[in-house]
Amino acid sequence: MKPTSHSKLYFAFADTFVLIKRSLRHIFKNLDQILSIVISPVMFMLLFRYVFGGAIDTGGTTYVNFLVAGILVQTLAFGANTTALSVANDLKQGIIERLKTLPIVSSGVLMGHVVADLVRNVLSSIVMIGIALLVGFRPEASFIDWLHILALVLAFTFAFSWLSAIMGLIAKSVEATQWIGFVIVFPLTFASSAFVPTDGMPRGLKFFAENQPVTHVIEAIRALMNGTDIGNHGMLSFVWCIGFALVAIPIAAYLFRNKKSR
Amino acid sequence: MTNNIISINNLTKSFKSVDVLKGIDLTVEKGTMLALLGPNGAGKTTTIRILSTLLTPDSGSVLINGFDIVKDADSVRSSIGLTGQYAAVDELLTGRENLIMMGQLYHLSKTDARKRAEELLVEFDLVDAADRIAKTYSGGMRRRLDLALSLIAAPPILFLDEPTTGLDPRSRITIWEIIKKLMAKGTTILLTTQYLDEADKLADKIAVLDHGKIIAQGTANELKAMVGKERLEVTIDKDSDFAKAKNAISGDSKETDEDERKISITTEGTVADLKRVLDAMATAGVEVETFSLHKPTLDDVFLTLTGHATEATDAT
Repeated sequence: MKPTSHSKLYFAFADTFVLIKRSLRHIFKNLDQILSIVISPVMFMLLFRYVFGGAIDTGGTTYVNFLVAGILVQTLAFGANTTALSVANDLKQGIIERLKTLPIVSSGVLMGHVVADLVRNVLSSIVMIGIALLVGFRPEASFIDWLHILALVLAFTFAFSWLSAIMGLIAKSVEATQWIGFVIVFPLTFASSAFVPTDGMPRGLKFFAENQPVTHVIEAIRALMNGTDIGNHGMLSFVWCIGFALVAIPIAAYLFRNKKSR
Repeated sequence: MTNNIISINNLTKSFKSVDVLKGIDLTVEKGTMLALLGPNGAGKTTTIRILSTLLTPDSGSVLINGFDIVKDADSVRSSIGLTGQYAAVDELLTGRENLIMMGQLYHLSKTDARKRAEELLVEFDLVDAADRIAKTYSGGMRRRLDLALSLIAAPPILFLDEPTTGLDPRSRITIWEIIKKLMAKGTTILLTTQYLDEADKLADKIAVLDHGKIIAQGTANELKAMVGKERLEVTIDKDSDFAKAKNAISGDSKETDEDERKISITTEGTVADLKRVLDAMATAGVEVETFSLHKPTLDDVFLTLTGHATEATDAT
C-alpha cells in the first residue's frame, strides 16, 4: 500500500476534513457533550423566563422575546469553550504527539475542533429556540432574517472557538481550561444586554456592556428575531468576529506547532 | 558505503540550564534493533523526541533514512513510526476508527486505509474490540492499538519509547512477540527501555545511556564481557561440610557466604574447569545441594558502568 500523491493544497484540505470528521465523531460519542447541548440552554431559558423574568422590565417587548437572543449567545459562548476542552484533552492523551509526527498541516487538528463547535452550536441553537417557542417566544423574523441569524451564530462561534483553542493550548490542565472559560464567558455575557437592558447599569459598566462585542452580536440577533431596527450592530458583530479570528488563528497555529504534550 | 539508516552525530539538548543530552553519537544499521538502555532521566525520551522531529536539537546532526531531521522534517516523518510512553490513541474513537483515521492521515486512499486497518486489527488481536471506543480498552490493548497505529504506513523505521513500561507480564510478552515479528520483516527499530531483560532478549545492539551520555555500546554479550567472567555457584548441603568445601577449592578466586552455605567461584566456563571443582568436592566428600553456572547479567553491567542500579527517580 502506497500513499496516494496529490498536491500539498489537496492534502491540506483532505487532512483537515479527516480531522473534522474525528471531532464530529467525538460529539456523538461523548455523552457529556450531548447533554450539555440540550440541558444548559434549557435550564437558562427556564430560569430566566420564570424566575427572574417577572422582575425585569424590558419596555415594549415581552421578556421572553428579549431573552432568547441573550441566552442564545451565551449558549454559543459556552459551546465554543468546548474547543479549549478538546484541545486540552488531546494534549493530555498524547495523541497530539502522534498527530504531530505525521506529515500533515498542523492546524488541521484545531480546525477539526472548531468545526465540531460550529455543528454543535447550531444544534444547540435549534434546541434552544425550540424550547423558547414552547415557553412563549414569538419571533417576527423572516426566512432571510433567520439566515442572517445563522450567519451570526456561525461567525460568533468560529471566532470564539479559535480564542478558545488558544486557552486550551496555554492552560495547564483540562480543569484549568474549564475554569478559564468560565471566567471569560461569564462577565462577557452578563455584563451585556443578554439578560437585562443596560439602562439600569452603573455608568462605567453600562459603557462596557453597550460596546463590547458580545452585546453587538446579541443586539443584532435580537433585532433580527423581533423585527426591530438592527442599527450598526450587525456590521459591528461581523467586524469583531472577523477581527478576533484573524488574530486568534495564527496565534493558535503557532502555539500548537510549538507545544509539547503534557 | 555504510548501511546506517540512523546516524546521530554529537547531539546535544538542554532544557533551561539542564543539559539533558551531552553529545550523543550513535548509529543504527538498517534492519537491526538498537536498544537505548538507561534509568529514568537519562535522556532516552528526549533522544526519541528529537529523532521523531518533536523537538529540535541544540547542536549536532541527525540523519534518518538519509534525511536531516531539521531541514527535512516532513520526509523524516514519512519514514518513521513512533510509539511513545503513553499510548497516544484517540480515546473517543473505536479501535477501527483510530486506525482508519491514521491511515488517511498517512495519505493512504480510503479503501487502502480500511484494508490496512483490518489487517492490523487481526495482527494485533484487536478484532473483537474493534468497534469499542478506546477508552474502554485495557492497558495492554491500548498499547497494542498504539503500536498498530504507528505501523499503519509500514514505516521502515520504528521508534519505541518504553513500549512495555507499566504493562503486566503477559501483555509484555505479547508486545515482545509483535516486535520480533516486525524485526523479522526487516523493520529498523530503536527501542528505549529501562528493563535489562527486554534489551537482552530483543536487541541486536545495546547502547547504555546515563546522564545524557552514551557510556557503553555493543552486543549484549560484548557488554557482559566487559564486566567479567562467568561464575560458578556451589551451595553445600550441610553447615559442617562448608569449611571442608572451602579448603578443597582453596586455589581459586572466590567469594563465600557462610549463612547461605554458598561458594561463588570465578571461572573460564570450560568443561575442564567445572570438572576440576566437582572433583575437588568429591575428593573432600562434600555433598553439594546446587551447582550452577552464571553468566554476568546486564544488571551487573549496568551497576559496573554507572555505579548505580537501574532504578532511579521517577520521570517527570
